[in-house]
Amino acid sequence: MKKSKKNGAGDRLTKRLLRLRVNGETKEVATEVNKTLLEVLREDMGLTGTKHGCELGECGTCTVLIDGEPVLSCLVLGVEAEGSEILTVEGLKERDKPHPLQKAFADLGAAQCGYCTPGILLTAKSLLDRHPHPKREEIREALAGNLCRCTGYTKILEAVELVAKGEEI
Amino acid sequence: MSKTNFSVIGKPLRKVDAMGKCTGETRYANDFELPRMCYAKLLRSPHPHARIRSISTERALSLEGVYGVITGADLPVKFGIMPSTEDEEALAVEKVRHVGDPVAAVAASTEAIAERALQLIEVDYEVLKPILSIEEALAATEESERIHSWNRRANIQKAVSFEFGEVEQGFNQAELVFEDTFFYQGNTHLAMEQHCAIGQYGPGDKLTLWSSTQTPHYLHKAMSKVLGMPMSRIRVVATPSGGGFGGKSDPFSHEMCAAKLAMITGRPVKFNLTREEAFYLHRGRHPVKMWIKTGVKKDGTLQAMHFRSFLDGGGYSSYGLASVHYTGTLQTVTYKLPAYKFEGVRVFTNKPACGPKRGHGTPQPRFALEIHLDKIAEKLGMDPIDLRLKQLTDPNSITVNGLRISSNGLRECIEKVVARAEWKKKFRQLPLGRGIGFAASAYISGAGLPIYWNKMPHSGVQIRLDRGGGITIFCGSSDIGQGSDSILVYAVAEEFGVNPAEVRVVTADTDLTPVDLGSYSSRVTVMTGNATIQACGKLKKILLETAGEALEIPADDLEMIDGQVRSRSYPKKAMSFVECVESAEAKHGTLGATGSYTPPKNLANYKGSGVGPTPAYTFSTSIVELQCDSDTGEIKIDKIWIAHDCGRAFNPLLVEGQTEGSVYMALGEALMEEQVFRKNGLHKFPSILEYKSPTTLETPEIETMLVETNDPEGPYGAKEAGQGPLLPVVPAVANALYDAIGVRIDEIPITPDKVLRALEGRYKKISVPSFEFPPPIKWQPGEGVKVEQKS
Repeated sequence: MKKSKKNGAGDRLTKRLLRLRVNGETKEVATEVNKTLLEVLREDMGLTGTKHGCELGECGTCTVLIDGEPVLSCLVLGVEAEGSEILTVEGLKERDKPHPLQKAFADLGAAQCGYCTPGILLTAKSLLDRHPHPKREEIREALAGNLCRCTGYTKILEAVELVAKGEEI
Repeated sequence: MSKTNFSVIGKPLRKVDAMGKCTGETRYANDFELPRMCYAKLLRSPHPHARIRSISTERALSLEGVYGVITGADLPVKFGIMPSTEDEEALAVEKVRHVGDPVAAVAASTEAIAERALQLIEVDYEVLKPILSIEEALAATEESERIHSWNRRANIQKAVSFEFGEVEQGFNQAELVFEDTFFYQGNTHLAMEQHCAIGQYGPGDKLTLWSSTQTPHYLHKAMSKVLGMPMSRIRVVATPSGGGFGGKSDPFSHEMCAAKLAMITGRPVKFNLTREEAFYLHRGRHPVKMWIKTGVKKDGTLQAMHFRSFLDGGGYSSYGLASVHYTGTLQTVTYKLPAYKFEGVRVFTNKPACGPKRGHGTPQPRFALEIHLDKIAEKLGMDPIDLRLKQLTDPNSITVNGLRISSNGLRECIEKVVARAEWKKKFRQLPLGRGIGFAASAYISGAGLPIYWNKMPHSGVQIRLDRGGGITIFCGSSDIGQGSDSILVYAVAEEFGVNPAEVRVVTADTDLTPVDLGSYSSRVTVMTGNATIQACGKLKKILLETAGEALEIPADDLEMIDGQVRSRSYPKKAMSFVECVESAEAKHGTLGATGSYTPPKNLANYKGSGVGPTPAYTFSTSIVELQCDSDTGEIKIDKIWIAHDCGRAFNPLLVEGQTEGSVYMALGEALMEEQVFRKNGLHKFPSILEYKSPTTLETPEIETMLVETNDPEGPYGAKEAGQGPLLPVVPAVANALYDAIGVRIDEIPITPDKVLRALEGRYKKISVPSFEFPPPIKWQPGEGVKVEQKS
């Protein structure tokens, strides 16, 4: 005889319909209100380009842009992001054309394992949007919250500088 | 290789997978979702050392949403990366040996339910006294104090002893003898991607495991053993890795459990470890205490060296057998040493197992040796670089412990950093608080022997030519970000004279790709590169013959270049690569070929001589310039110069990237990173915030210089770049600190508190334990088999 089981979900929070504006599109998604934006993006919207490294706000891997500002998506609830413009790595490309930062990172070997790359690209984009010609020290400062264990940061800094020197931004 | 005019090799090309990583399209293990997938968690021991009296899982199983619960009884077969020390269980059977040791696993409809179910599992532990240090392990010789029961001496995993050349005579001939002690603290890989694995059983009786592993072949073997299934029914796919550095090279509990739970539940099962779990999984740098004694002539010439290492291995063997050897074997590769004695011991302690981290077992002894030489030079009143330059090993030479050195760019590496850093102007001449330090090192380009004894190739490559001109490479190698997929493509594009964009690559899938042993020991470029060139050679023979007949040109006058097969003498006589492939397929049938690579045989034949030999050694040198604030003890690195003899830069962009990454990782080890534990066995800093690692702000400018020595064993002359450049940086930091403020810190990490203690005269010399090592295995240079050198 199969025993009736205790509900494992227990006091599971009811789902809510979120209206999120991500990468220029408005999407509706029914999800638990206690989910982080990182979880909503990855699990409910299929935007797995945003990575997770600690889910405690320590590594910068999950960085997305909210209204142009870099934000750790593991520290924001999905519900808090309603009404804002969210940009993830999937939205960096403009039609078929890679963003200059994407091209520079690929060309200069700034992405090794690539796991921290989406977060770093978005942080760098936010910097260049605000400040198109930063000095190396300013780039260092802007990226100080994004850990990379592969590159020693050198090629990352060079790639951001290359874009800053270019005419496309 | 005689070819010198390259169209692809040596060019700073984009990696084949680079854009996918910049667009978010690369799918790492945790990005995979499968229909009906469930999520699993491990129950981990809260005790560092305990016997399991009983486990009760009924309450967890009755929770709604729970699909399966397993314990040690479900997976009792032991495994481990080294065949002679298989001492791990997927889930603890009788004992737990460190905090975080897995005890049970739950698969449920969500991670949250799985976590709740873990809390319902009741484990009755008999708590045992933990052993948490090298000294405690060596003192715990009673049978009742054992962590493992299989090893001969209680809590000694492995003890080794070797004597090469006439050691006693060497010390007798020495005019001065110096002794030092050192400690290299443990640290961990901290790959940005946490370990993740997905198991799926079926369709049919076939099992598939996707995992962020560096060694799919060894995992394949281990899974077959633990699950009791033939390898032919198991498929292991290594997913794109979000960083490895050695931390994803062991077969792991969560991989076995993902497979077993998939079989039990009939659903795909995913484990995605948390950051805290990754700290407890570890397999990182061993904490090592070291004692070194060296006899020299007054002019600094080395006469004899005696080196002892004591490795804190943690709770399991992992790669420990190799690790202990590596703390001794490569000490002989940089400087001529006529006599050398090495004794090493790895002990078990109740902490997460240590294993291979970038440089595997060699950064610790290199740290000791290079500081020791710096001290000797000072006592002799010599420039420490001059002391080394007197006695560098030669190309095409054999070390006192029987290691064959082929190409050797150490001298050029020294000259380059000395010139660029303006060493002569700065050494001992910078103002107080500023300093400069030097160190050199050597590393292997792949281990000469596989992990398990066999006579098969270390690397296999299969190439298929499509009648449309498409080329697909199949190889078991796993790209962990270093660019091993790209290396395959570059070699094929070079050989066939085609654009790298025309070449597809399929790797790290045991169903599809020939075995390559994996991304460890800096072996991949040399071994897969050679296997690729061999496979291409077989196909080129067919293609050139075909083209020769069609063009009426002798095959040896044809070259493959710019997407064409054409005559060297009459370049207008040409056919396209695609036409050539079509003609060849019409004549010979479906086109494909395999290539494989096995390293040269060992030169020496003594027991234990298997660790250390390699197809080719790389050499690295580093100069570090830093500032130290003597009020706060804080160190700021101004600049690092690094020169690396990589044989040939297959792609200079990638070689520089590996070199810069190595320098960065070394700095973290030198200044801040430590994997340390409380008295109750808990990790002191199991989070990225507390486990300090360098950010953009702490990482200085790094100037990389590549030295190309064109090694005869390497593909196009290439050697490794992924690990060697880490080695000289750590001791160079310590030597630079001494130049800056006149105090020696003989351990890492060199933190401000240690600097201040040293400045106040309160820094204590590192103590090393006493231990009775086994009688040495003696070997005289020249004994053993003679092996021909490739030219």
